[in-house]
Amino acid sequence: MNSAVVDPTPTDWNGQIMQKRIAGRYAAERRFKAMGFMAVALSTLFLAFLLFTMLGQGLRGFQRTEIAVEFDFPVLTAGATAVSVTGPNADAALNSMDIPGLVELAVGQQYAGLGDSLLTSAAAANVREMLIDNPELVTSKQTLWLPADSRLDVAFKRKGEQAAEKTVAALSEKDALRTGFNWTFLTGADATDPSAVGIWAAFKGSLMTMAITLLLAFPIGVLAALYLEEYASKNRLTDIIEVSINNLAAVPSIIFGLLGLAVFLTMFGMPRSSALVGGLTLALMTMPVIVIAGRNAVKSVPPSIREAALGIGASPVQVVFHHVLPLALPGILTGTIIGMARALGETAPLLMIGMRAFIPAAPEGFTDAATALPVQIYLWSDEVNQGFVEKTSAAIIVLLIFLLGMNALAIYLRNRFETRW
Amino acid sequence: MTGTALLFLVLGLGLVGWIFGRARASGFVRNAKGGPRGTVNSLPYYHGWFVAISAVAPALLFMLIWQSISPALVTNMVLSAPVAAELPQDTFARAAILSEARAIAQGFQTTAFQDMSDKLVPLYKGALSYYKWLGVAATLLLFFAGGAYAFTRLKPDFRARSKVERVIMFGLLVASLIAIITTLGIFASLIFESWRFFSMVSPFEFLFGTDWNPKSDVTPGADNGYGAIPLFWGTIFIGAIIAMIVAIPLGLMSAIFLTQYASSTVRKWMKPILEILAGVPTVVYGYFAALTVAPAVRDFAVMLGVSNAASDNALAAGIVMGVMIIPLVSSMSDDSIAAVPNAMRDGSLAMGATKSETIKQVLLPAALPGVVGGILLAVSRAIGETMIVVMAAGYTANLTANPFDTITTITVQIVALLTGDQDFNSPHTLAAFALGLTLFVTTFFLNYAALRVVKKYREAYE
Repeated sequence: MNSAVVDPTPTDWNGQIMQKRIAGRYAAERRFKAMGFMAVALSTLFLAFLLFTMLGQGLRGFQRTEIAVEFDFPVLTAGATAVSVTGPNADAALNSMDIPGLVELAVGQQYAGLGDSLLTSAAAANVREMLIDNPELVTSKQTLWLPADSRLDVAFKRKGEQAAEKTVAALSEKDALRTGFNWTFLTGADATDPSAVGIWAAFKGSLMTMAITLLLAFPIGVLAALYLEEYASKNRLTDIIEVSINNLAAVPSIIFGLLGLAVFLTMFGMPRSSALVGGLTLALMTMPVIVIAGRNAVKSVPPSIREAALGIGASPVQVVFHHVLPLALPGILTGTIIGMARALGETAPLLMIGMRAFIPAAPEGFTDAATALPVQIYLWSDEVNQGFVEKTSAAIIVLLIFLLGMNALAIYLRNRFETRW
Repeated sequence: MTGTALLFLVLGLGLVGWIFGRARASGFVRNAKGGPRGTVNSLPYYHGWFVAISAVAPALLFMLIWQSISPALVTNMVLSAPVAAELPQDTFARAAILSEARAIAQGFQTTAFQDMSDKLVPLYKGALSYYKWLGVAATLLLFFAGGAYAFTRLKPDFRARSKVERVIMFGLLVASLIAIITTLGIFASLIFESWRFFSMVSPFEFLFGTDWNPKSDVTPGADNGYGAIPLFWGTIFIGAIIAMIVAIPLGLMSAIFLTQYASSTVRKWMKPILEILAGVPTVVYGYFAALTVAPAVRDFAVMLGVSNAASDNALAAGIVMGVMIIPLVSSMSDDSIAAVPNAMRDGSLAMGATKSETIKQVLLPAALPGVVGGILLAVSRAIGETMIVVMAAGYTANLTANPFDTITTITVQIVALLTGDQDFNSPHTLAAFALGLTLFVTTFFLNYAALRVVKKYREAYE
């Protein structure tokens, strides 16, 4: 740099140019910081907006509109007694009463001119349950609150079709409407009528699928992690295993669905849309997650523990199963819970193996046709009927509560049992 | 007796075997001379495990094999009966009758739709129960043979521990091989079905055709509507362009703010909140995109004067997908910024650079490989994402760069092609596997490249 001419006068930091320049740089600094803040705030706002929307819509899904219907049982049933609807012949007695006919008659008498479908399709079944629970009802005149039809439900809660709005107004005048807790939603199964749907069947399907997934993915994942971290020598096979696991952890979930379809359903002929196949498919997806978490947990156990155990005569297998594994277990469990939470929210692979069918009853066994909670959400979201909007959001709330619970448990485990060596 | 009951019986008997083996070995210890354990080689429970494993393992292995071969044996027995001679010669009709009769015999089905089936039901029932009891007897025989053999081998100097440990090591190896088997399974099934697809539709049309309108019966050589270019473009447009325009700035700036500016309290609270974004199931995002974001985007487009804005527009799906990816980009950037040596940052600050200048001119260039790796992973995640696009983006293939228009992606079409009947001879079903193979190969290379970049960069600073 022989040609450079060095200006001998020192920089005038307090001069106007310099001050302006520094102010500009500080402004840039503040702008940059504000941008960072905005990014975090935007992400958080989006999350809040999402949760708020789901809560706002979904909480209504746990409520239902009920209509007061007066039943003059002694007249309607022509002298059925409390005794006849209990005891061994109760079923026959209830069947002979023709409850759907009774309900229609009672509603027709009371609300003539308000249209014929005031009540949900499940109303007759509800009356039947009430009679079984409380047989004394049949001996007198009773006012029963029965769930309203989905159109009226929507119209009463927010704004619905015009005809339904009119009916609701007429019913409200008679004081015949109220809001009750929708137990059917927690105990029922899928239905074509949104006022009669429930999530229990889908929830049970999810639980059964998860049970299979956990039963397969956890032992295999832990054993593979122990092998790779503690025993595997550095060779070609180990390299291939590692590449496979890292790759599987990042393969799109829908590919696992294709695998399930081609191998479990077509090649092995396992029952379609069953919890068994769903669990197997999700287990393949969850296993790599558990292996990776398990390896990190095993790696963090200090070598001194292994050396001490070896020093007092433990065999390599004893070292791992008596000392390393118990110490690594909290970390492995945390990873397992996070992997299971991911599997619980997974939809795409389950669609591939046919879990998208309409299943109106909870599965009884692992080979029965089942559906899962996220798939149920997807199916309901596709429905045209307005009544399904709030049911979908309500199902989402249930799913999110479970996922948050699982993640909270994982964080608790990590904080409670994690040891820093 | 069902398979499950037999399984539990075998496991229960295995426990009994464990107890017997352990008791026998405890006897050795008690009678041992010289020292507390004398010459007894292994602890008593290893003897127990040896007996249990020797008894249970062959029985379970046999059950597995029996499960897979007994259906064929049952069918053979039914076919050898005189009634079976009346069966139609046509293979397809024959198989339909047989499977129906079997379903009725097993109680899965109550009424027969084919006249012939009813005659075969009793035959099936007989054959099924014959082979079932044969299987149960053989399983139990194997169990007791294995257990008895193991029990006679127990001696004070028997090396039960090393035998059991060898079995454990074998189990560990098998568990880790499952990852390879799964990868091979994915690869084999995708390749096999894609091969069948490409024998019907030319790969050239699939890879370079611009018309996606799949026909269910194909004619070789003609245009069958399997040109996947619009799908590739849709996938890239939504997953790699729109989603990344949202995710990269937000994720990167969040990471910078949380690591460089935020106080530790803010960081402690905000990081888990961002993590929640990654934990929300994609079906929830999809529902939110379809229900809330898509109509808002369409209204916005109409306000801008775009008249043909679709309600299932690409922008809504892309934005929501971008939000889902934010935590991934953020945590990868976070890691790579944290890995830059402190000396570099301190040096820059000591020269009088402001914090933002240090970040922009020193930290980010140094952390760039890690950030790029994170972005590659994010792209791979976005193009494989299914539910958001299935619920919010459209089903119509459309080669357009208008974000307000409807666009379809690879994953949407896989779901669409496999909806309804999944006949493995129809090019519809097979096309889904060809699309799956494309997706698998693409994500594999993206992930591989990402891992390579990140690894190389880590080595540079170690």
